[in-house]
Amino acid sequence: MSFFVGNQMTAGYGQGPDIISSCSIKVNRGEIVAILGPNGAGKSTAMKAMLGLLKLKSGSVILNGEDISKLSPQDRVKKGISFVPQTKNVFAELTVKENLEVGAFLREDNINNIIDEIYELFPILKEKSSQIVGQLSGGQRQQVALGRALMIKPSVLMLDEPTAGVSPIVMDELFQHILRVKKTNVGIIMVEQNAKQALSISDRGYVLVTGENKFEGSGVELLKDPEVRRSFLGG
Amino acid sequence: MEFLNALVLLLNYTIIPAVTYGSQLALGAIFVTLIYGVLRFANFATGDMMSFGTMFAVLLTYYFQSIGIGIGILPTALITLPFAIIAMIFYMLFIDKFVFKYYRVSKSAPVQLAMVSVGVMFVTQAIIRIIIGPFDRRFMDGEKFILKASEFKEMTGLNEGLTIKSTQAITVVVTIVLVSILFWFLNKTKTGTSMRAYSDNEDLALLSGIDPKKIVMLTWIIAGCLATIGGVLYGLDKSYKPFVYFNNMLPIFAAAIVGGIGNPFGAFLGGYVIAFAEIFVTYAYKKFFTYLLPEFLEPDSLVQLLSTDYKFAVSFSILVIVLLFRPSGIFEGKKI
Repeated sequence: MSFFVGNQMTAGYGQGPDIISSCSIKVNRGEIVAILGPNGAGKSTAMKAMLGLLKLKSGSVILNGEDISKLSPQDRVKKGISFVPQTKNVFAELTVKENLEVGAFLREDNINNIIDEIYELFPILKEKSSQIVGQLSGGQRQQVALGRALMIKPSVLMLDEPTAGVSPIVMDELFQHILRVKKTNVGIIMVEQNAKQALSISDRGYVLVTGENKFEGSGVELLKDPEVRRSFLGG
Repeated sequence: MEFLNALVLLLNYTIIPAVTYGSQLALGAIFVTLIYGVLRFANFATGDMMSFGTMFAVLLTYYFQSIGIGIGILPTALITLPFAIIAMIFYMLFIDKFVFKYYRVSKSAPVQLAMVSVGVMFVTQAIIRIIIGPFDRRFMDGEKFILKASEFKEMTGLNEGLTIKSTQAITVVVTIVLVSILFWFLNKTKTGTSMRAYSDNEDLALLSGIDPKKIVMLTWIIAGCLATIGGVLYGLDKSYKPFVYFNNMLPIFAAAIVGGIGNPFGAFLGGYVIAFAEIFVTYAYKKFFTYLLPEFLEPDSLVQLLSTDYKFAVSFSILVIVLLFRPSGIFEGKKI
């Protein structure tokens, strides 16, 4: 049994059709899992279902052996699942430090040592700690977003397209940061458009098509699979 | 000597009244900007909510006077403030629970909420008329002046007197204290930061575990303090007349927009911008120039740019000019 499991999830938005059906995603601590697939495959939806942002019609979400399918997103955050949305993932009007403080809103203890840990992980944030996040570059903002999500010391971190809209150089840098986060024993699920790069740092990957698991395997396996290459990786 | 006279004249009739009036507007403008920033609608009931809170202070002042409670040289209204604020907060939370909440939960468009607030405005006006009536009331008691014109003339030997009313001093002191506490709260405390975070990015605030119900309640509590204190200070300084409070909504909104709506510090400064503009444009400068200019240049007319009857035109013009050229407000700064 993996640490965090989305089991046979079927879900859609409101009364609309099912976006994902019988979709399963698993992640262990200290592991990076990439969810790939064409547009409209339900990648983000699968992730949102695991966070509780939409209701499951069937299936379950299990964290460390406990069924959390009925919990609200806020309660799941309290259980240590952190989420970085694709857009609007920082408080643009607040300073870097305030972003981190709000990230730790649920913590009652002294957060200064956690902030120091985040600064160690993302040194640029220390340098810019009193700057308004809205004035930072795209890559720096993504680091703030990651830092904010890490403030609750999550066991699982979910990233919705962390490299959307950043330059290739910044993308590499962000992936390096994600690898460093992984080393702190956090399970990471990420939805990615840059499939090749994502798989190269992932331990495993899932390819979704029309809301169902189509392929799954280790990053290397998927990269080598001729069918996956042809359909999603561009030859 | 002539120059000093001119200066004292200007200080007495424009600068001191403008600082006072500006402080009163600033409190209202912060109220508007706070509601706009956190609850995301333009609250047209602003003027009447200030009036509602002031009404309690007026009634309690009468009651306290009748049973002989007072605080000497200070106006009795100051000790009624805590009670008036509590009554105001209850009224606001009541209105929120039964009116605004429905539209907030169903995620109505901001313009719809603004229209709802117009309804709240009419109802609040009606309640005020039923309880206290539409008449002009003075509830200022205690020592009226800190510095009288005659005393000042004696002290300095100038022709022009300088008056400082105690209400002016109270207004400025209370405003400085209140606004300092508010900015400290918003910028330095965990709850204040979470409030700004909620205002900035609601979804992410929810994901960070911030409880929206608490934020909404807190906003109304702060708003209740601002509305009541702002209203009472205005009423002490001038007089309490419900219709005047309703009219004050225009300069208050102008101040909030000049400061960049959603930006509390901007709204604070915006209050003074509007107050100074209104008073400088409507002041008759004849005497001022008589002091400064040689005799043959003395003006015959009042040298008044605009009659005081048109003072609202000033805030309205500023509002339009700002919306045309700097719609995000003339002050840089953090939004709530």
